[in-house]
Amino acid sequence: MKQYETVIGLEVHIELATKTKIFCGCRASFGAKPNTCVCPVCSGMPGALPVLNKKVVDFALLAGLALNCQVNTFCKFDRKNYFYPDNPQNYQISQLYLPICHDGYVDIMTPSGTKKIGIHEIHMEEDAGKLIHDDWTDSTLVDYNRSGVPLIEIVSEPDMRSEDEVIAYLEKLQSTMQYLGVSDCRLQEGSMRADVNLSVRAIGDTALGTRTEMKNLNSFKAISHAIAGERERQIELLTEGKSVIQETRRWDDNKEASFAMRSKEDAKDYRYFPDPDLPPIFISDSWISEAKEKLPEMREQKLLRYQKEYGLSRYDAELLTMDRAMAEKFETTIRYGAPPKKAANWLTGETMRLMKEKERTASELIFSAQHLAELINLIEKEVIQNQTAREVFSEMFESDITPEVYIDEHGLRMEKNSDLLFEAAKKIVEANPKAVTEYKEGKDKVIGFLMGQLMREMKGKAAPSQAQEAIRKILSAY
Amino acid sequence: MDILDLTATELAEKIKRKECSAVEAAAACIEQIGREDKKLHAFLNVDADAVLRRAKEVDRGIETGIYTGPLAGVPIAVKDNICTKGMATTCASKILENFVPFYNAEAVDRIEAAGMVLLGKTNMDEFAMGSTTETSAFGDTKNPWDPAHVPGGSSGGSCAAVASGEAFLALGSDTGGSIRQPSSYCGVTGIKPTYGTVSRYGLIAYASSLDQIGPIAKNTKDCAALLSVLAGQDSKDSTSVKRTDTDFLSAAGDDMSEMKIGIPVEYLSDGIDDDVKESVLKAAEWFKILGASVEYFDLGLTEYTIPAYYVIASAEASSNLERFDGVKYGYRSSSCEGLHDMYKKSRSEGFGPEVKRRIMLGSFVLSSGYYDAYYLKALRVRAKLKEAFDRAFSRFDIILGPAAPTAAPRLGTSLNDPLKMYLSDIYTVSANLAGLPGLTVPCKINKDGLPIGVQLTGNCFAESKLFQAAYGLEKLRGPWQLPFMRKECME
Repeated sequence: MKQYETVIGLEVHIELATKTKIFCGCRASFGAKPNTCVCPVCSGMPGALPVLNKKVVDFALLAGLALNCQVNTFCKFDRKNYFYPDNPQNYQISQLYLPICHDGYVDIMTPSGTKKIGIHEIHMEEDAGKLIHDDWTDSTLVDYNRSGVPLIEIVSEPDMRSEDEVIAYLEKLQSTMQYLGVSDCRLQEGSMRADVNLSVRAIGDTALGTRTEMKNLNSFKAISHAIAGERERQIELLTEGKSVIQETRRWDDNKEASFAMRSKEDAKDYRYFPDPDLPPIFISDSWISEAKEKLPEMREQKLLRYQKEYGLSRYDAELLTMDRAMAEKFETTIRYGAPPKKAANWLTGETMRLMKEKERTASELIFSAQHLAELINLIEKEVIQNQTAREVFSEMFESDITPEVYIDEHGLRMEKNSDLLFEAAKKIVEANPKAVTEYKEGKDKVIGFLMGQLMREMKGKAAPSQAQEAIRKILSAY
Repeated sequence: MDILDLTATELAEKIKRKECSAVEAAAACIEQIGREDKKLHAFLNVDADAVLRRAKEVDRGIETGIYTGPLAGVPIAVKDNICTKGMATTCASKILENFVPFYNAEAVDRIEAAGMVLLGKTNMDEFAMGSTTETSAFGDTKNPWDPAHVPGGSSGGSCAAVASGEAFLALGSDTGGSIRQPSSYCGVTGIKPTYGTVSRYGLIAYASSLDQIGPIAKNTKDCAALLSVLAGQDSKDSTSVKRTDTDFLSAAGDDMSEMKIGIPVEYLSDGIDDDVKESVLKAAEWFKILGASVEYFDLGLTEYTIPAYYVIASAEASSNLERFDGVKYGYRSSSCEGLHDMYKKSRSEGFGPEVKRRIMLGSFVLSSGYYDAYYLKALRVRAKLKEAFDRAFSRFDIILGPAAPTAAPRLGTSLNDPLKMYLSDIYTVSANLAGLPGLTVPCKINKDGLPIGVQLTGNCFAESKLFQAAYGLEKLRGPWQLPFMRKECME
């Protein structure tokens, strides 16, 4: 039997996190009451005109530069004409002829090493509204809140060969966009949407096979399953001597299968032409260099630096850099004087445990890096011990209290009075003659037992190093 | 002297001197509309009570010093493709019959801020597509000079309103001659400004890269005064431009001694009526008397402008008019099953034949496989034409020519031959394609008693020169009596 390889290219739509929409001043936000973030422009009223939000160009430019793209210093908007009620003008303002960026690439990690995935182009466009079907009245309602929310579409080259590469590519885009602060890229919420173009060909062939395009993929799981299913379907067709039809297929999450939507024959003619309402955009060299200066340190760079500069393990570095907000928390905590490894431990350990428990993301963390640094230093200085610190931290996690104030208010400070400690230690040793005997016999581990007793007696407020010192001193006197 | 015989600037002057009031002026217009408009049908919509309320408010505003401009208190008519808050704006189309905008066009905001009184909305060719105002879904408008003739179009209602004394001023829009041609037919002065001078926000688009709002007036001074009110950059229209030279009133004067006038030879050759040709020659003679030089030259490309214009205008229109679908506002067919059927029936029933013809033409030239052959080629003609005008304006200050090949045709004679109707736009469309300002000023009355205007075209941003030249023509032409003024004389 013939061996086939899968050829995959992606069209990824990313919703940009601008405050306002792409062509009007309406708020671009989720969850508002239907049709409350609308105006004549984004609801397609007669006579309304689009005015470009410059922030959208800034964001698209950042994305393009981060994906190693060439910039079209002269770019234009075009109209894509098609009738659908979620599209109030019945044309979408997009870019066809001169998109803002082209010819870039990203590196992804694969089991066989780093792989370059080409970026064909990035263009800016407006999102459509949402249709809600009301079964009760058998009518369809439309909400234009999302109409005019800015999108970039990132079109890859057909460089991916498996679902794993596709997921790695998407994760790379996600992390890149999140680091740039241009989008939160959530598949489930639709701020990142991926259409998969897939074809198969016999291994060794250079020509591409006939491709299909799959839409409505709302999770990595759906994408994986859709790719596996489509590969199988196409190979089966070819093996049976049939041919693949170029068509658009819609993924059904419940049925775990894709279904043909429309074929190439009834593909729409979008009658693209330059939008006469929007003048061309000139992107000057200074605009590009300003954008380059704004490019933050990206994840790969941080990964390497954390290992090299702070001596963290790759695993910890990966955890800390997964989300830019977490990486920033880490770096600020260090800047406030916390030892890097300790800071990393608190963030990857206790913090992530609580985040998981309370379902919070890194950007939703309440406690300040300064307070975390203070807490870590209080442990270092043996003002409190670890167990107490965890209690304090769980308070900080909820309300960002100042650790030192909290410790004093709750009397959690460790006992520094050495006389008191010494007396207590003496009492403990005297009460445990058996331990003394064992110690004399060279069994050093009884120290641990005595320490435990002493700490209980001191209600945890003894500095362990002092406590141990006191016990050893007393024992040596026997 | 009747109040209606005053020009807009004269009226505003009188109101300022308290010799009459904005209420009196508005009442006089309302009265004239009552007397004339059953016959003329220049207006689609007049709310007399609202007009008088607004006039009262304006009188108070003038009193308290809110409105101090040279047109404060003047009643004005607005073409029905320009959005007016709370007032139906229909584009003379069934598809927008019930559409009431909740926003004003920028131009309307500006006339209101200048203390003008909006009288109502004027008839037009449906979506500004037509040359006679006969494609209106709500019936045609008659020419005030002779009701058996058309007023021209598409701003026929606005021009007829000014020519009949129903309004002192009017707003029109011009995509391929829609201000300049009816101004010629109705004996009024109208200008299509340089593209980008007046905000298009709230002008219901026909062809976005060609559309401009402009003033229609009884004479040059009024026209210049109104353009000063309208002109200015608007952050809501990305194609509007920043200009500092918008005080067109002070630019007035009639010194023509330095002016170089060019007449394209091809404008006076084929297909032009003798009386129109005579008007242009007369104007050339007057310019010479005023000290200007007049020269004939070959502009070139004239034969390509009509096809290029109809390809570009229809292409943009086919897209601009997609939003009229029965979903959000406007006409929705009452008998439709499902989405596709709703689109099809609402648009089939809502649009008239001329609009459908241009939507089909525009959809065709943009479809894949034809885009390069038609749309792109038309864009190349447009670029070439701009070059030809650049060359012409390196030699001349103003291009003189006709506004239309004939005087106003008789009603009912134009629509059965659309191609012939399109060809009659030959003298006007090139200014839109090249973004140039063009002004029509009345020149003479032909043997049938119909007015004929001439067109002055200038380089971009050269409106002041056009006004200056128009003042010169007015001076040598002598007083111009509109039909309603003549009746007064006869009585």
